Amino acid sequence: MSQPQLWRFHGGLKLDPRTAGPAGEPIGLVPVPKRLVLPLSQHVGQPAEPVVSPGERVLKGQPIARPGGYIGAKVHASSSGTVVEIADHAVPHPSGLAAPCIVIETDGLDEAWSGYEPVPEFASLSAADLRARVRAAGVVGLGGAAFPTAVKLGAGSGLKLLILNGAECEPYICCDELLLRERPESVLTGAQVLLQALEIDRCCIAVEDDKPRAREALENAIAAMGESRIEVVAVPAIYPEGGERQLIKVLTGEEVPARGVPPDIGYLCQNVGTAAAVARAVLHGEPLISRIVTVTGGGVVRPRNLEVRLGTPMADLVQACGGYTEGADHLLMGGAMMGFPLAEDSLPVIKATNCVVVASREEIRPRQPAMPCIRCGEGAEICPAQLLPQQLYWHARAGELDQLDEFHLFDCIECGCCDVVCPSQLPLTQYFRYAKTELWARDRDRIRSDLARERFEARQERLEAEQAARKRRLEEKTRAAEKTRGDEAARKALIDDALERVQARRARDEDAEGNDDAGSGR
Amino acid sequence: MKFESTAPPHLRPARNVTRVMGEVLLALVPATAAWVWFFGPGLLYNMAVAVAVAVACEAGALALRQRPVGPQLADLSAVVTAVLLAFCLPPLTPWWITATGAAFAILFAKQLYGGLGHNPFNPAMAGYVVLLISFPEQMTRWLPPLGDTLGLAAAAPDAWQTLRFTLTGSLPQSLSWDAISGATPLDDLKTQLSLARTVSEIREAPLYGSMGGRGWEWIANWIALGGIYLLWRRIIRWQIPVAVILGTCVPAAFFWLIDPGSHPPPSFHLFSGATLLCAFFIATDPVSAATSRSGRLVYGFGIGVLIFVIRSWGGYPDGVAFAVLLMNMAVPAIDHFTRPRTYGHAN
Repeated sequence: MSQPQLWRFHGGLKLDPRTAGPAGEPIGLVPVPKRLVLPLSQHVGQPAEPVVSPGERVLKGQPIARPGGYIGAKVHASSSGTVVEIADHAVPHPSGLAAPCIVIETDGLDEAWSGYEPVPEFASLSAADLRARVRAAGVVGLGGAAFPTAVKLGAGSGLKLLILNGAECEPYICCDELLLRERPESVLTGAQVLLQALEIDRCCIAVEDDKPRAREALENAIAAMGESRIEVVAVPAIYPEGGERQLIKVLTGEEVPARGVPPDIGYLCQNVGTAAAVARAVLHGEPLISRIVTVTGGGVVRPRNLEVRLGTPMADLVQACGGYTEGADHLLMGGAMMGFPLAEDSLPVIKATNCVVVASREEIRPRQPAMPCIRCGEGAEICPAQLLPQQLYWHARAGELDQLDEFHLFDCIECGCCDVVCPSQLPLTQYFRYAKTELWARDRDRIRSDLARERFEARQERLEAEQAARKRRLEEKTRAAEKTRGDEAARKALIDDALERVQARRARDEDAEGNDDAGSGR
Repeated sequence: MKFESTAPPHLRPARNVTRVMGEVLLALVPATAAWVWFFGPGLLYNMAVAVAVAVACEAGALALRQRPVGPQLADLSAVVTAVLLAFCLPPLTPWWITATGAAFAILFAKQLYGGLGHNPFNPAMAGYVVLLISFPEQMTRWLPPLGDTLGLAAAAPDAWQTLRFTLTGSLPQSLSWDAISGATPLDDLKTQLSLARTVSEIREAPLYGSMGGRGWEWIANWIALGGIYLLWRRIIRWQIPVAVILGTCVPAAFFWLIDPGSHPPPSFHLFSGATLLCAFFIATDPVSAATSRSGRLVYGFGIGVLIFVIRSWGGYPDGVAFAVLLMNMAVPAIDHFTRPRTYGHAN
């Protein structure tokens, strides 16, 4: 297959993929756990709202929570059993906080619900119908961001190209590679469904050049299906190429505007796993209740990829991989660069869980003490967002929020590259994350104080205007009284005048009361 | 099961400041050897004094500033400053002059600004300039290359006599300055040009080699080798060295082509004095240099042009130190005007 022209994104790092172990094993299965913990918020957007109550029996695939808003996703039971509680539980999230979850005690029957109609001949479905089916199935982006897929599908018009992202550039993660190798047809069928839902006819699947087996599997499947709209593109394996902005740059040479999204320039990115989930949703009527998770690291006996029911505790995954080794010191969700630490292995697998790393202290060494920044500029050399990390660090340390904004802190994608090249061992990414929250807090405060100030000023204005009006009236009266000083007749006329006015008003008021019905009938 | 927490990213940097500085020192080894070969062991004595004083000053200042002394001394930045300063000093330099320069470099040019990473000026060059204007005579009193073997001097001090001079500042009875000293090629060229001789006439003297000054050109070669090593190790990036070299050579070539009689060729500028030391080791000090790619080109080119200008029309035979300090001043402005475009932003 001919290779189209590719571009380069700025910077990035060549990293050791660390996938040798799990990439050599087929995708395994995890038995149904005793308890499933399904968080109501496994996606970007509003949390889902439960539609079941404790004590209710649910079947595998049955909806148990509906979207909490337009940007939201359904949650489905991932096995049959009984809802035992809807309460706050610890969830895998960087904050480490608890969040509402539906807990199901499974019955081991794995009895399926069949509320969604399978449509193997999806060609007859309209774009809106397809979107509705994807939405009903609770599909979200499986690359890690977990943005509701149906919302993304409805976002743009006049798209040029669908990009399926199979560039897993982050060390440890290989769930997409295994998916592409073992189930290329499902990804391709997903691509066909997505093309139809977007009403376009060009799709490109980006796979890194160090994964020839995945590309070969895809190309064979494309040939077998006789599909001419889809092409496979080998992209250089440079981290963070899996970032959609970086991938779009590599494939098209174009850049997504800073405050915009890919559809603004005619592209739509979906993860390859998402495409497979879309195919399952539409062709088989299966909602998103499981996903492929890479379970790896030196702390796991036999690292491999597993097809896991959402809500399964991570400990069960490690069990399915032969258990822990001696060096199980860290637990991460995600890869070596952006994965966040988890405190315990009882946390459930959610839609965004692409990888679970159990690492030893040798794999994740403690940070060395930070030294002063020597302005070496290495961070700027490798920053894929073309930022100046040393400048941002300077301003973040000094708390200069305006400068941070001016140096485009919000364009930082927190890929962590600058940390890895920093000779002074500075925790730059942490600084930037912190600085972002500071900026958000300031903007929130600013909006709040602006509102308060506006209110205060409006009130002040109103009070002043009232006072001025009162003063004016008083002055007029005084002037009138002044004129008549010493002229008893004029004074009397004035008083009579006032009395007359009062009487006239009274009469008018009575009149109005009496004529109320007539007035309304007029 | 419970696990330890660690913030992403989870990969650790392969290098640290100590490694970076250590590589710089390593890259200077060949040039040091060449220097000693041509001008005797004075450089080693000067280095020893400069390093001792610089490290002591750094330790004292860090202690006064209540900073961790051990880890920050271990970054080797004070050693690099001292070694670069020593490279600029004449082979026969009394210890107190070297010490003054090293102390000024560390205390005033570095620690008073907040220590490593905060100094706007290159500390080694700041220290050298202080010496240059405080001790003009001592700073220009060089030895000819290869001592008395070329007939450029009547006698040469041996290693022991050099050490004695470094410690006491006085020559033994048997030697006199007139007998042992000689001007540097840049100095000599400047003097001779003012006597209305042409460049080609001047360069026929045995002081001059095929490119620059005899001996000097070889030191420059070894410096370039060290510089290439740093480039290969990615300790420095190519922009500053290339820009310094171009900045010196482009105007030099222009004037040489117009008037070869009173302007030496660009190769002479490149292989004389401290041009290459500046290009690879001094201007590349990241702390006091511009940071963006285009900024580094501007910064380096500015230094190169200033080196040529000061040599050609200034009051000093070499202009490296002043050129670097002047461009250090311009760094904030350069950084401001050469900010790279962020992804997804219009220019």
